[in-house]
Amino acid sequence: MGVLALQGAFESHIRILNSLGIEAIAIRDPESLDSVSGLVIPGGESTAISMLLESNQLRKPLEERLSDGMPVFGTCAGMIMLSTEILDGREDQTPLAAIDITVKRNAFGRQIDSFESQLDIKGFTYPFPSIFIRAPIVESVGESVNVLAKLDDQIVLCGNETTLVASFHPELSNDLRIHELFVSMTI
Amino acid sequence: MTDEETPTSRTTGTINVKRGLAEMLKGGVIMDVVTPEQAKIAEDAGAVAVMALERVPADIRVDGGVARMSDPEMIEGIKATVTIPVMAKARIGHFVEAQILESLGVDYVDESEVLTPADEKHHIDKWAFTVPFVCGATNLGEALRRISEGACMIRSKGEAGTGNVVQAVRHLRTILGDIKKIGQADSAEIFDWAKQLQAPVSLVQEIAETGKLPVPMFCAGGLATPADAALVMQLGAEAVFVGSGIFKSENPEPRAKAIVEATTNFNNPEILAKVSRGLGGPMTGIGMDELNIKLEDRGW
Repeated sequence: MGVLALQGAFESHIRILNSLGIEAIAIRDPESLDSVSGLVIPGGESTAISMLLESNQLRKPLEERLSDGMPVFGTCAGMIMLSTEILDGREDQTPLAAIDITVKRNAFGRQIDSFESQLDIKGFTYPFPSIFIRAPIVESVGESVNVLAKLDDQIVLCGNETTLVASFHPELSNDLRIHELFVSMTI
Repeated sequence: MTDEETPTSRTTGTINVKRGLAEMLKGGVIMDVVTPEQAKIAEDAGAVAVMALERVPADIRVDGGVARMSDPEMIEGIKATVTIPVMAKARIGHFVEAQILESLGVDYVDESEVLTPADEKHHIDKWAFTVPFVCGATNLGEALRRISEGACMIRSKGEAGTGNVVQAVRHLRTILGDIKKIGQADSAEIFDWAKQLQAPVSLVQEIAETGKLPVPMFCAGGLATPADAALVMQLGAEAVFVGSGIFKSENPEPRAKAIVEATTNFNNPEILAKVSRGLGGPMTGIGMDELNIKLEDRGW
């Protein structure tokens, strides 16, 4: 498994994957991307990660891997990058379109509005402790998308056959279930 | 209202939420800006956050006098211009400046030695706030005292406004060196470490177990080149603050972008060589023996 390590909370993802017995490596160049069979795009600043994707010559190879069906998991900034459309993003921020969703950045407000909550997730027997940090939300989804969790009326976890995206940060909770769910998608 | 469900309970201002934002900034560059135009340049260059202030440290040095929190109007102008997090500085101990910054909705408050301290004995009680705080430290004891007061991110202080990385390296090595030594200490020695560091035993024990600070550890103070950023990242910093180093240089845009790329690719000398090319002159910089004021001595 690879974790995109251009910027953000990539070490937390690597630690969680390792604790599930999965070998995870930091991805900063096209060669290491070639060597993995699944990818995590972590939380961070989506504007910075988008720019670094270009400067590190990763954008094109990543788009190719995604269109070949490589399983991918995006949290927060990662969800923004994997979407099809970004509302109120920067003009030069083109998403990777791995999943048919429209996202809105910083949808809950600024850092003082960031929060924790107990989230009911489809298929989970008890709530997931979820941490939302300047989080985006999914404004709308296409038919191919399976909605897995809503916070009140807003979609915060969803997926398709090869893609899983979360508004919040499972990598910061001591609960491995969402990572387990993604790992099960890669087998 | 009868058929509406009760909204899910949400808790703001928790340790996870406060430290979590610092986690998201890791591997990134936080840039000092004094105008919305500079903030835009910083965001375009790939900064993960901007620090809004009235004067960069190099100018504070030259101007002298009392340096205070920025004008709210200027902070709001910067907030309206960029989508990345906006931080702002309050004077050490000046909890009212911090309250004002919180009410403005800044994303992180820097209780900073770059401004003139407002209290000679007490730092701000940072637990009392919803907004998270970053504080500077020159050594591990200082870092742990700030964490015990509620800081959710530590930056090694360096010597701001000098363009000279030597103090940043000194402080980073001091903090990380002591963390390594504590990792080797037996349980009886932990108590002596806590006494020497004038820090809570529980935090020293936590470091002994985890081998790292309980909050992200960033580096600041005197960074001026892509190589400086990569140096402190290789030494163990988790992200960098660049103050005067960008907008006091000859050509801020390419330098800002180069420092961002260097911070991500800190272990790759070929990329570092590539991004270091043709950036124009860095800020002139000051040697430590030419300094009349050492900002790092502020705070305790």
